[in-house]
Amino acid sequence: MEARILDELRTIVGGRGLISSPEELHTYECDGLTNFRVMPRAVLLPNSTQQVQAAVRICHRERIPFVARGAGTGLSGGALPVENGIVISLARMNRILDVDFANARVIVEPGVINLDVTGRVAPQEYFYAPDPSSQSICSIGGNVAENSGGAHCLKYGFTTTHVLGLEVILPDGSLVHLGGKTLDTPGYDLAGVFVGSEGTLGVATKIILRIVKRPECIRTLLAAFPSTNEAGAAVSDIIAAGMLPAAIEMMDNLAIQAAEAAVHANYPSCGGLLLVELDGPVAEVEALMTHVNEICRSNGASEIRLAQSDTERALVWKGRKAAFAAMGRISPNYIVQDGVIPRTALPQVMSEIERLSQEAGLRVANVFHAGDGNLHPLVLYDRRIAGQEEAAESLSSKILELCIAAGGSITGEHGVGEDKKKMMSKMFAEPDLTTMQRVRCAFDPLQLSNPTKIFPTPRLCGEKPGEYMPHPLESAGIAERY
Amino acid sequence: MDAATKSEASGLHSALRYKFIALVGNEFVRAATAADAAAGAQPKLVIEPGTERELAEILRLSNEAGLAVIPRGGGTKLGWGNSPARADLILSTARMTEIIEHAWADLTVTVEAGCTIQRLQETLGQHSQRLALDALWPEKATVGGVLSTNDSGALRLRFGALRDLIIGVTIALPDGTLASSGGKVVKNVAGYDLPKLVTGAFGTLGVITRAVFRLHPLPLNSHSFSISSVNAEETQKFVLAVQDSKLAHTYLQSHFSDEKPPASDILFEGTEAGLAAQEAQLRNLAAPASVSEASNSSWTAREELWAFSAPASAAIAKISILPTNMARTMKLVAHSANAQQVRWKALLYATGLGWLRLEGKPGMLCAALQALRDDLQGQDGLLVALHRPSKMPAFDAWGTAGDALPLMKAVKQQLDPKNTLNPGRFVGGI
Repeated sequence: MEARILDELRTIVGGRGLISSPEELHTYECDGLTNFRVMPRAVLLPNSTQQVQAAVRICHRERIPFVARGAGTGLSGGALPVENGIVISLARMNRILDVDFANARVIVEPGVINLDVTGRVAPQEYFYAPDPSSQSICSIGGNVAENSGGAHCLKYGFTTTHVLGLEVILPDGSLVHLGGKTLDTPGYDLAGVFVGSEGTLGVATKIILRIVKRPECIRTLLAAFPSTNEAGAAVSDIIAAGMLPAAIEMMDNLAIQAAEAAVHANYPSCGGLLLVELDGPVAEVEALMTHVNEICRSNGASEIRLAQSDTERALVWKGRKAAFAAMGRISPNYIVQDGVIPRTALPQVMSEIERLSQEAGLRVANVFHAGDGNLHPLVLYDRRIAGQEEAAESLSSKILELCIAAGGSITGEHGVGEDKKKMMSKMFAEPDLTTMQRVRCAFDPLQLSNPTKIFPTPRLCGEKPGEYMPHPLESAGIAERY
Repeated sequence: MDAATKSEASGLHSALRYKFIALVGNEFVRAATAADAAAGAQPKLVIEPGTERELAEILRLSNEAGLAVIPRGGGTKLGWGNSPARADLILSTARMTEIIEHAWADLTVTVEAGCTIQRLQETLGQHSQRLALDALWPEKATVGGVLSTNDSGALRLRFGALRDLIIGVTIALPDGTLASSGGKVVKNVAGYDLPKLVTGAFGTLGVITRAVFRLHPLPLNSHSFSISSVNAEETQKFVLAVQDSKLAHTYLQSHFSDEKPPASDILFEGTEAGLAAQEAQLRNLAAPASVSEASNSSWTAREELWAFSAPASAAIAKISILPTNMARTMKLVAHSANAQQVRWKALLYATGLGWLRLEGKPGMLCAALQALRDDLQGQDGLLVALHRPSKMPAFDAWGTAGDALPLMKAVKQQLDPKNTLNPGRFVGGI
């Protein structure tokens, strides 16, 4: 990249808003998925919509690819830089701009931390529902890119359920408003398309969120089962009884051991631990909790505990939310997987995972959002042992293939990013992917916004069958055909 | 069939017509009649494919031949939106009615676009489940139709809109592509969320051939109440208080009109113990207003609004406002209606969405709608005119689509570059 372009970018964001020295750029070479690393040419730290817009206009004019980055906690390499491209970090755009309790709306900049939204509205007994495990450090902008979920999306929905509108800088530098403060704005639901598009359609600079009134009571039950099969049967019975809990989480023995070692959550030692949370009016929750208790017992729960205080409840959740990081206590390295299956396929998929695990000679710990079939198998390995990393990656991919074969998905909440783009062709047929890329071409005909993510084969916009002509992005080494 | 229609239908390139017949069979290709008109546009042919492959192929052939295609489900909302600039054939999903898979233990259903909402709900009900949507005219309205028009009623407050219930979709594009996105699991972030893109797109991007929905259990028990108010301010105060309370209500809707003082209906669902406790809390919260048992008609309030006797002198609009603008909006409606000597009736949900019926002379209706739209747009709100009398002066159904219109047109251009599907029916001339 020519120095004049860096100079021009510097005039937009100021000297302290541009990082271009190699030692400082290292911070940005990966996100939460650290096995992919690419050094960007520069990182910009704009502090306003206008600065983002000016920077994107330059990228567009100069055909420079850019990658928007929130807090960098993503687990699929979605914020992985593009070589010779720019990273636009939204970390400085971290203001909560408006809180409207009467209409239950909050307007934020993309760099606002997820939990800070709840922090801001909690005194009036509201909360922001999407709660990814990284909620104390991840940003709303990143949540929008990934359509983040969390344990409570079983009842409350995902990020997309809670985003009513967006201010977006499109890849050509134009500013548009998608959705709005009121519902059903005329036209296509482009806010719905933008959320979860992993930064490939532009950069969100303002987000209108819906907040939710805190329920009258929250009750959390822990039930210990001999194995995940019995725990899974209890989940099926809870759902069949017509209940929609706020959350149903499951952990297997290995995951329990790790969580215990890390945060001493005081979990019972068992083969399958179920965490069921109900919320709502006290009388309703108490009646349903009695029923859940009976269901757990009839499915062979050896121990059932109801969290007796907010502190106890917080500890129960701390153990669950720390489960990924806790793997470090029992294994030097691990891969966090994120797949989804129809919930009823759980016993069959679990026994297949167990078989694959034994075949590969690697341990797999399992943490699930059991209510919606979102699995997080954690493949444990030791990088120092030759061949283990490759074996772990292969096992991890096979687990995803199991999910696809069961009629599920390759990702429930972590996104496709860099990590899973090759799996997309296993989940979707070519016409499906081509159609998605046609939508992308409407937003980003030059494919500058996070250009190398999601799709296994970038489709060049305006591409017509005929004599092969390398696209400028191919010539520049940004895109490739395979 | 009258002579004029017959000659127009036969005017459609006969070789193409043979191709259609070869694809779907003679009995499923017929000349259109006046009853097949769509928002004032008269098509020539009606084709009823039996499979999504057939549907995609008919669409591809029509697109190649430059014909304008109007997708149709039950036809209950065919008058919504602007009048299509062209209409050559109706592509009907009437034969695509299969409920492909009700995975009741997973709380999902995969269903073809032509299945009526009522039949779907009856099937789901066998396992005490439902698609959490109170659609208009469910006995006729189809899955594809309610999705394309983004229909929603009172249940939206609790369960969200169709965008929140649809988890997978297959669409046929004008070039004959059949594309699926989403999937069969509730939680899924692989690829773009095209189910949301086509929900509410009025069939202008592709024809929905099947959809996958997440389901909800039918409630164990339910109990609904009515609360009267003396005026719109009091209603708004009550609605905002309920929304700010710890009540777990399923819906909350308010009725306004030029005849009666406003009233609100609220529905609770759950265990008997939960319902009793919530009733007590509601009575406290509503005091001194009286709380009475609601009649069954609260479920059909929206259909009653649509049951006008003289279509030539009635207009129906969907409005969307911030809940805090409820009283102000109702005053404005009363004022505009008064000024134009128009009768009015409105149904507003706690979400801020609502339905408005105006009755009067077409010119007056137009003036009242315009005044309301101007005002609502000034306060983050909007007004979409879904039914307008044929003699009403020109009035765009949609209003402004804002600064994203060029992007919407780019999306349309990518998926339907020849403007084959419902041309001109959607926002900004799309």
